[in-house]
Amino acid sequence: MVNKQNFTPTRTPMPEQPADVRNKNFKEVALGYSKEEAMAEAARCLQCKKPFCQKGCPVEIDIKGFIKHLADGDIPSAYRVIKETNALPAVCGRVCPQESQCEGACILGKKYEPVAIGRLERFVADTFDSDSACEMITGHTACSLPNDQFKVACIGSGPSSLTVAGYLAARGVPVTVYEALHEVGGVLIYGIPEFRLPKDIVAREVGALWSKGVTFMPNYVGGKTITVQDLFDDGFDAVFIGVGAGLPWFLNIPGENLVGVYSSNEYLTRINLGRAYEFPKYDTPAPKAKNVAVIGGGNVAMDAARTALRLGAENVYITYRRTQEEMPARLEELHHAIEEGVQLELLTSPIAINGDENSHVKSMTLQVMELGEPDDSGRRRPVAVEGKTKELEVDMVILAVGTGANPVLLEATPGLDLNKWGYIVTDAENGETSIPNVYAGGDIAGGSATVISAMGAGRRAAKTIADKLGV
Amino acid sequence: MSNKILTKKALIPGQTSMLVIDCPQIAKKAKPGNFVILRIHEKGERIPLTIADTDKEAGTITIVYLVVGKSSALLETLNEGDTILDVCGPLGKATHIEKSGTVICVGGGTGIAAMHHIAKGHHLAGNHVVAIVGARSENMLLFCTELGYFCPELLIATDDGSTGHKGFVTDLLRERLEQDKDVSEVVAIGPVPMMEAVAKVTKPFGVKTTVSLNSIMVDGVGMCGACRCSVGGETKFACVDGPEFDGHEVDFNELKMRLTQYKEEEDLSMQMFRSCSCHGE
Repeated sequence: MVNKQNFTPTRTPMPEQPADVRNKNFKEVALGYSKEEAMAEAARCLQCKKPFCQKGCPVEIDIKGFIKHLADGDIPSAYRVIKETNALPAVCGRVCPQESQCEGACILGKKYEPVAIGRLERFVADTFDSDSACEMITGHTACSLPNDQFKVACIGSGPSSLTVAGYLAARGVPVTVYEALHEVGGVLIYGIPEFRLPKDIVAREVGALWSKGVTFMPNYVGGKTITVQDLFDDGFDAVFIGVGAGLPWFLNIPGENLVGVYSSNEYLTRINLGRAYEFPKYDTPAPKAKNVAVIGGGNVAMDAARTALRLGAENVYITYRRTQEEMPARLEELHHAIEEGVQLELLTSPIAINGDENSHVKSMTLQVMELGEPDDSGRRRPVAVEGKTKELEVDMVILAVGTGANPVLLEATPGLDLNKWGYIVTDAENGETSIPNVYAGGDIAGGSATVISAMGAGRRAAKTIADKLGV
Repeated sequence: MSNKILTKKALIPGQTSMLVIDCPQIAKKAKPGNFVILRIHEKGERIPLTIADTDKEAGTITIVYLVVGKSSALLETLNEGDTILDVCGPLGKATHIEKSGTVICVGGGTGIAAMHHIAKGHHLAGNHVVAIVGARSENMLLFCTELGYFCPELLIATDDGSTGHKGFVTDLLRERLEQDKDVSEVVAIGPVPMMEAVAKVTKPFGVKTTVSLNSIMVDGVGMCGACRCSVGGETKFACVDGPEFDGHEVDFNELKMRLTQYKEEEDLSMQMFRSCSCHGE
């Protein structure tokens, strides 16, 4: 029951950089709650007997439990509760699609605004600090002592592998994480921009894992520098594959290889991993343009569009073949993008990219669409309006139309069963693949999804490995 | 991996150098045709370089680079005993090598270094390897001594005629193909116009022709698509589908234009590097 006496129907606002300031810098957009704000927001929680929010969370955080501690001002206890099931709360508090998970299930949301669970999670994770790596990883002061009897390897260092490493490190199992790029964190580093997820936040989590005995090996390409077989030959007891789904999709339309056409992966990797926004202080060049079109309607499209604005583009368009209602991006990101000046070109689908005499992009031809009958997913299907096209003058096009399974490791791993889309087949319960003692999770096992679902898969696999090893 | 530079040798002083680097893990796996991606300092970019040789026992790889932009100029400032921050590899598909008879390996400029590794592979597979190398002048030719060890025929072309044939490698290639109808494959590595010219020469002879594309890359593991190229009308990624492709199928014009993408930025970087003594950091 809502306690009417001190009930606040709206959530505590999150301090943010003003839109016309932040769209010119790469600093974080949302500034985070103060302790007073966090406690006030925590006090809005009804402490339901049956907490739907917890069911809405892919890793089933005891949400009402941590919020109770927070409402009491007890941050260490709140942190401990979150860490029971979530290895990367500072990350999840920032990038989870809360409106369709925990907050979407919050009972308050039926009539009022749901509790800002994500913001509270972020506050707890950012505020808690301890010298003990064990406490940073688990929230508990006592972790198992190192046990050199076993060793486990992870290939890829994104959210699923970091979860596996944290889970096993807490139980004393030495874990070695191999990463193809030069920095650790996978998509958290190369994919998500600084203004949405500062790298320091990722570095803090990774740092705690280092301190707890996890070894990170950057510049090791799974399937090239090391194979799964090499790892078993080296005496690893189990291997977890968390290499993500990093193969960019293109549309196969004319003009796609013109100068000025980028995959979102290239664009964001240059900016985020290569820090191209600081060129020429950093050596990686950032492609710049006046008028930019981003194709796609997901979070990656929002990230690319908002990045282009920050790099000085005058007009940035997001072209999407359905309407705003159907966009898969997080609501908050879409709103932030619009506030910052991104323009939406809805109900359009690119059919050609046109070049000038130097083979540089000069415009894009868009097919005008309308919404037809709902498809299998329940979303109304976009249908071309016969003969109706429009021309968009742009000098850069960024494709954010999704990614598929990168085959480099898969081709080098005989005996690994893949599904028809090229993703690794795993047991949904325990993450096991067709090869004994080889586990997989995250996007490579299920296709592009969220950070939190990758972490859920990592947690299930890690638990299975731990049980098998008896730790 | 220590990534320590064990040997540095100026092949063409101030312009082209060779490094032998301690990378046991990469040396163990590297095959002809593979490349590595280097990063020289914390603010550096990722640059792809072909592996020119490996010594599995010593755990070393050899790379040869031409000083063209800021990153290669920075690499040139490193000396024996220094460490390269990141060395990642071996990347790309290895050259397809089988015993097939006579193979002509054509190398131009710095490309001779990469060609050398592939020629060696063909020699070890039992092929009769004809090496055709070209450069502007005699003092810019690389690896001729090494090629001489295992290539029964070593044909040289220089632009200025200071040694060998005065003219292009393609002149020598055409002549050689006219003499010998049983050449099983031509491999060409060098500047794009040279590879394009080689493919043009071999086409009427119907000889299988392999070229190695030097596309712009970022991650080098198939994630970004920066290196995409059109081969036989299909988009391929040079980093994972290549870098070697059928020279008769490659859209060289597209490759040339894509290689100019960051020209302005590269010039700016180089200018800044040259104008200060701080190595551009």
